[in-house]
Amino acid sequence: MPVPHFYHWFLKHRMTTRPFFEARQLACIRDDRVLFSGLDIQVHGGQVLLIEGPNGSGKTSLLRILTGLRNPDEGELYWCGTAVLELAALFYQDVAYVGHMNGMKDDLSASENLKFTQSLATATLSIDEGLHKVGLDGYQDTPIRYLSAGQRRRLALARLLCTKKRLWILDEPFTSLDKASIMLFESYIEDHVATGGIAIMTSHHDTGLPDHIVQKIELRS
Amino acid sequence: MTTPSLFNAFLSVVRRDLILAYRHRAELINPLAFFVMVVTLFPLAVGADVELLRRIAPGVIWVAALLASLLSMDALFRSDFEDGSLELMVMTPHPLSILVLAKVTAHWLLSGMPLLLITPLLAAMFDLQADVIGVLLTTLVLGTPVLSLIGAIAVALTVGLRKGGVLLAILVLPLYVPVLIFASGAVDSATAGLPVSGQLYMMCAMLFLAITLTPWPTAAALRMSLS
Amino acid sequence: MLPWLTALMLALLAYGLYGGLVLAPADYQQGDSFRIIYVHVPAAWMSMFIYMMMAVSGAIGLIWHIKLAEIVSICSAPIGASFTLLALITGSLWGKPMWGTWWVWDARLTSELILLFLYLGVIGLYNAIEDKRTASRSVAILALVGVVNIPIIHYSVEWWSSLHQGPTVTKFAKPSIHIDMLIPLLVMAVAFKVYYVIALLLRSRNELVQREQGGRWLDDILEEK
Repeated sequence: MPVPHFYHWFLKHRMTTRPFFEARQLACIRDDRVLFSGLDIQVHGGQVLLIEGPNGSGKTSLLRILTGLRNPDEGELYWCGTAVLELAALFYQDVAYVGHMNGMKDDLSASENLKFTQSLATATLSIDEGLHKVGLDGYQDTPIRYLSAGQRRRLALARLLCTKKRLWILDEPFTSLDKASIMLFESYIEDHVATGGIAIMTSHHDTGLPDHIVQKIELRS
Repeated sequence: MTTPSLFNAFLSVVRRDLILAYRHRAELINPLAFFVMVVTLFPLAVGADVELLRRIAPGVIWVAALLASLLSMDALFRSDFEDGSLELMVMTPHPLSILVLAKVTAHWLLSGMPLLLITPLLAAMFDLQADVIGVLLTTLVLGTPVLSLIGAIAVALTVGLRKGGVLLAILVLPLYVPVLIFASGAVDSATAGLPVSGQLYMMCAMLFLAITLTPWPTAAALRMSLS
Repeated sequence: MLPWLTALMLALLAYGLYGGLVLAPADYQQGDSFRIIYVHVPAAWMSMFIYMMMAVSGAIGLIWHIKLAEIVSICSAPIGASFTLLALITGSLWGKPMWGTWWVWDARLTSELILLFLYLGVIGLYNAIEDKRTASRSVAILALVGVVNIPIIHYSVEWWSSLHQGPTVTKFAKPSIHIDMLIPLLVMAVAFKVYYVIALLLRSRNELVQREQGGRWLDDILEEK
């Protein structure tokens, strides 16, 4: 754990500066295959980073490296100028991740799932408000095994709205969502970056996000 | 708008696991039934000689408890791993080792505690004296959490594997040896009317060692299984 | 370097065996059958030593992310397991004339057996995980847990055996050993250590080549040859 004075410095720092996420010289090797190497990334508050590339080009691996779940074979991550390795758990005060799997318990109700998420992070909206924003009013007490795939995905994305995180990392967030929900979520992503947040995402669909906030990188296979 | 305290995070993990288990309460009975059945098999195998049964009872009950604990262990992180909630648990500002401890606590409440409740009954079937039953229960109270804590390390190492089951047993059982020795030793001494405080102190020491030390390797192993 | 080491090992082994089997006086209690000690005891020492090596290099690999340490760690496991098995077999061969039975639940034999189980766990885990880097790091964690546990297991087994066995075992407590017996024993121990180094080098080389398939420096070396 970091020493207290470092902690306070970090808190002050993160209040006064715009967030800033950087990856230097990342490399990822899987099954003796180099997926990418020498990859540099810089994203500032107010930007969306869109990672593009064909299947198997390492998009998910890259996202998992950026979340810190996977160690890069080379390179390092920096959050607001400090190495993520040094920040350790502090980094996760700022990161929200929605991966391939929703990370929800089928046997818990929608509100129980969100409540659990909030109990491990800083809450912003109330559960009911969060469910309302993703159009799941009235599903509070339904075990989510009875929800459709799209509804479950919306619930997973509701996690982003219910907790205060500045860096969103989203792996194919719009899987199994209908057009209306995709538009809705793109507006939430816009709101998020408009207030200084960062979103990093992969997506097969063309996004309707305005060009001036989107930065793209392309992975080749 | 502050991040919830570590203690609250611990409690909410425990609460979540207990709720989940309650929704599947039919499955709770399985390790318990297994425990009772293994214990029942012994008289059938070695004969109903009361003297002999009384002598082997502590060993039998402890070996059965060990196997039952092993059996239920595999489920500790499995479902969280499969639906992705484990990833999210790793990505919280809280130390993973504490959350691991919470999960093990919940697991012990669900799989270790019931064994304690049924043991007096089994002990009576083996004609153990009341004070010996008391010692047996004490060793179970002190010992089964150690089993869960040590087992968690091996479960964390094997959770990403498809064929983890047998491997888990190979990894875990050698590490269970000291608990088994001291626990059944204590009960043996009690049967012989000898003092048992030495063994019980040893078991206390092992319990505290396990609580303080095992969450770290478990957390590290989980991170590794996720990467 | 390998040929030199091999020569050294053969020389040490030859001297150790000659000294042990021919020169050393027969034990007044156990006669000639005690001579198996020259294989049994060094093998038992090695089994512990290699486990320590495995854990230490595993820890180095974990902390500093040094690939070579990971490889040394995992390559030690099968060698250590073989020594453990050797110690068990020779122990039981020794036990037959001494105790009149192949197996006695003696404290040392039992802990050696558990050590073998620990080795098997390590090897099993390594083979079960497909990604070899993850595998060696997982194995390192397991080995470290094992190292913390070995003393606990050892003392608990010792305590257990003193509880369950009569004093028959204690007469095998080491009588102070004669110097003529001791020297070949130590020589044998060194010979075994050299063997470990040789086996380790060979195995590590294989493992390294296998892992670095496609690495450029490897191609360079191979082309030179």
